[in-house]
Amino acid sequence: MPCSDSFSIMDKIRSLRMEHITKRFPGVLASDDISIDVGEGEVLALVGENGAGKTTLMNILMGLYQPDEGRILINGEPVRFRGPEDAFRAGLGMVHQTYMLVPNMTVTENIALGLGRNLPKRPGHLDLKAVRKRIEEISQRYGLAVNPDAYIWQLSVGEQQKVELVKTLCLGAKFLILDEPTSALTPQEVDELIALLHRMTDELSIIFISHKLQEVKALSNKVTILRHGKVVFSGNTDDYSSQEIAARMTGHEIVLPKNKGTGQKGDVVLSLSDVTVMSDRKIPALNSLTLDVRAGEIVGLAGVSGNGQRELAEVINGLRKVESGSIRFFGNEIANKTPREIIDSGMGYIPEERNTEGIVPPFSIKENFVLKDISSPSFSSWVLVDGKKIDSTAEKLVKRFDVRCPGIDTASGSLSGGNIQKVILAREIERKPKFLVAVYPTRGLDMGAVEFIHSELLKLRESGIGILLISEELDEILDLSDRIAVIYKGSVQRVLDRSEATPDRLGILMAGVQE
Amino acid sequence: MTKGFRIAFRCTIIVIAAIAAVLIASVILWLIGADVSDTFFTIVIEPLSRMLHISEVLIRAIPLCIIALGISVAYRSGIINIGAEGQMAMGLLAFTGVALAFPDVPRPLLLPLALIASMIGGGIWGFIPGILKAKLNVSELLSTVMLNYIAAQFYSLCLRTIYLDPAEQVYGTGTPQSMKLTENVWLGRLTGRLHYGIIIALVLAVLIYLLMWKTTMGFKMRASGSGARAARYGGISVGFWLAASMAISGAFAGLAGGVELAGVHRRAIEGITNNYGFSGVVVALFGGLHPFGIIPASFLFGLLIYGSTLAPSKVGVPANIVQVMQGIIIIVIVTAQMVLSNTYFQDRVWRKYQALRKKEG
Repeated sequence: MPCSDSFSIMDKIRSLRMEHITKRFPGVLASDDISIDVGEGEVLALVGENGAGKTTLMNILMGLYQPDEGRILINGEPVRFRGPEDAFRAGLGMVHQTYMLVPNMTVTENIALGLGRNLPKRPGHLDLKAVRKRIEEISQRYGLAVNPDAYIWQLSVGEQQKVELVKTLCLGAKFLILDEPTSALTPQEVDELIALLHRMTDELSIIFISHKLQEVKALSNKVTILRHGKVVFSGNTDDYSSQEIAARMTGHEIVLPKNKGTGQKGDVVLSLSDVTVMSDRKIPALNSLTLDVRAGEIVGLAGVSGNGQRELAEVINGLRKVESGSIRFFGNEIANKTPREIIDSGMGYIPEERNTEGIVPPFSIKENFVLKDISSPSFSSWVLVDGKKIDSTAEKLVKRFDVRCPGIDTASGSLSGGNIQKVILAREIERKPKFLVAVYPTRGLDMGAVEFIHSELLKLRESGIGILLISEELDEILDLSDRIAVIYKGSVQRVLDRSEATPDRLGILMAGVQE
Repeated sequence: MTKGFRIAFRCTIIVIAAIAAVLIASVILWLIGADVSDTFFTIVIEPLSRMLHISEVLIRAIPLCIIALGISVAYRSGIINIGAEGQMAMGLLAFTGVALAFPDVPRPLLLPLALIASMIGGGIWGFIPGILKAKLNVSELLSTVMLNYIAAQFYSLCLRTIYLDPAEQVYGTGTPQSMKLTENVWLGRLTGRLHYGIIIALVLAVLIYLLMWKTTMGFKMRASGSGARAARYGGISVGFWLAASMAISGAFAGLAGGVELAGVHRRAIEGITNNYGFSGVVVALFGGLHPFGIIPASFLFGLLIYGSTLAPSKVGVPANIVQVMQGIIIIVIVTAQMVLSNTYFQDRVWRKYQALRKKEG
């Protein structure tokens, strides 16, 4: 079987070095004389803010980009990868941030796809049994449980990631590169993954990209921090505290703001009672869900993703049909109203998918600022768009929200995740909403951006606006919320006051255990 | 990167593309044994040599331009209209119907009325696939093509029945056609057969520019086309604008038919649509889906279409070989556009160029 042959032929990777790597993109120096070094069984954390050049560096290592200067050495020998195939052959394997799996194929079929040329085959014959055997071997060896016959669409994000790992290992990887492996996982899955990777270091070396400091501390031996394409710090993880690493990452000390519980809570402004909604697959996604949010409070909705969070946010914003139940917003029924009517009644919304739901990617920053309000008298008169007013508003917002961009005419889709989120936040806040639904507002963002968004949300709360915060990050929910509701299988399991909530208690509720 | 380098880079790419197109086309002409230089002269230079030829080129550019403008509106709103051929036929029918029904209404009233009728005819034919896509998610590729067949057959049927020239029944030349339409629906001519439709096309180009980039409707249509999901989340009724954009697109194709009738043929006959509906898609894309790109693009395609009609008689090259050459030219230009928009490639050339200069200096 070629795939196990290649596994045994190749030497172990005892050391991997990248020396003086420089890579230029039009107008940007993505990697500026970067050197890193990973030894046998070591875990290197590659840390940095969004756009610091971490992914570029790893893409160079995998042969997806060619460096303009510098070289790569494996076991002291210089190597040159013309493409990912070369890197696979040398024993490197990368799990990308977004998974490359075909949803309507099984795990086995997907892995067979990934194997490509290494697939055990006679001409014209696809030997899925052999692939399956290989998967079982790998699963056992590393304690990575996957069901080879499950379809990808049936799997949670965490399970899909395991499939990606198995796929990479099936290719004979002895050196793993993981690009933000935890960005889409639930807290439990993160713990599981870290334990798993720990076990794997008996046989493998790992580079993982992250900007979550707990993971860096928990998993890595060494840490390298990049900023603007340069190495700004490199050292042994154990010698430094999380705070020290965070400070070196952003260039200044970061303390995430917390909800101090001050201020007056007002009346109930958003009230859902017995709301039932169907998912896209026509099965109930929300089951008689009841939830109240008052003015001037943040209600955090904790839960493992896929328990109805997306549908809840959509149904409040008129993007999904209500089967039964009522949604009252400032006393008016808004169930099954159009998105336009709900927006006009003062609802603000930071959607889950910032790239496809939050902004129109090819539209410029200024056009995205006025996406919801182009017909309002502030930006148009009669049917004519008022370009000057749009420009001046956009200039003001870009400054106030510190959106890093070449100009207000830049296509929003070309911005980094953090800056896109700032554009969305700026639009929603500038509209002076009476309420805000924020779904995973900081997913995948670096500490600097998280700090900014958290403090903006708290400012909104101070000004008396009610916020429904949907998040998977327990820290985020605990930092910001006045009350915490736990969602499980489409209903609110329990609503806790901030003072009663602990991560453990929330974790138990999120898993569906009744207290 | 200096501005001078950028301009030089662009010019070099364009020159290389032109040379490549000429070379490939020459090989094909040489293979079929044609006189290479004569053929090129006939299809590229000759149509531009005399005013008469230029006006013939412009006549073909007018419907192309109007149709392409409409297609660009639909395309930017997220729906690909390949049904302009049928929409144009419906426009022809509506225009002819009005002209035949009210021959005595004075021209200042009848001509606009007939043109509006042609827009309504085409508009309805465009609205159908638009609303089907918006409400039932029917693929517009399927519905527009099917509606093309229906329109073409319906047009033929009308020519043979209710629109048939009464004189035809007496003399019977065997051509299904309507009677010559009343002079009250004729568009005036500037020179040769070149008619005032050219002014209409240019004015419409400006109007489409204003509609798409200066009005709230245009904003909403472009938002629906560039990111339907985000537009919906932003409170824009994507379905409504989809259907509206298709109605506009159809109306333009219908109007192209009306203008063609009023300016050139002045009676309904078969073959007026002349594949303009399909060429219009290429013109629209070629012009970058922007009115000010569509104007030169329609002139270029008018030139190619007219050139292919000259070639068979002048140099004995069959018209379909000219179409092959058109295809080659299109592919080469599209490739050149891709290369030009690849800033990464441009950056690499810039650095190579700098390295070379350093070595020399």
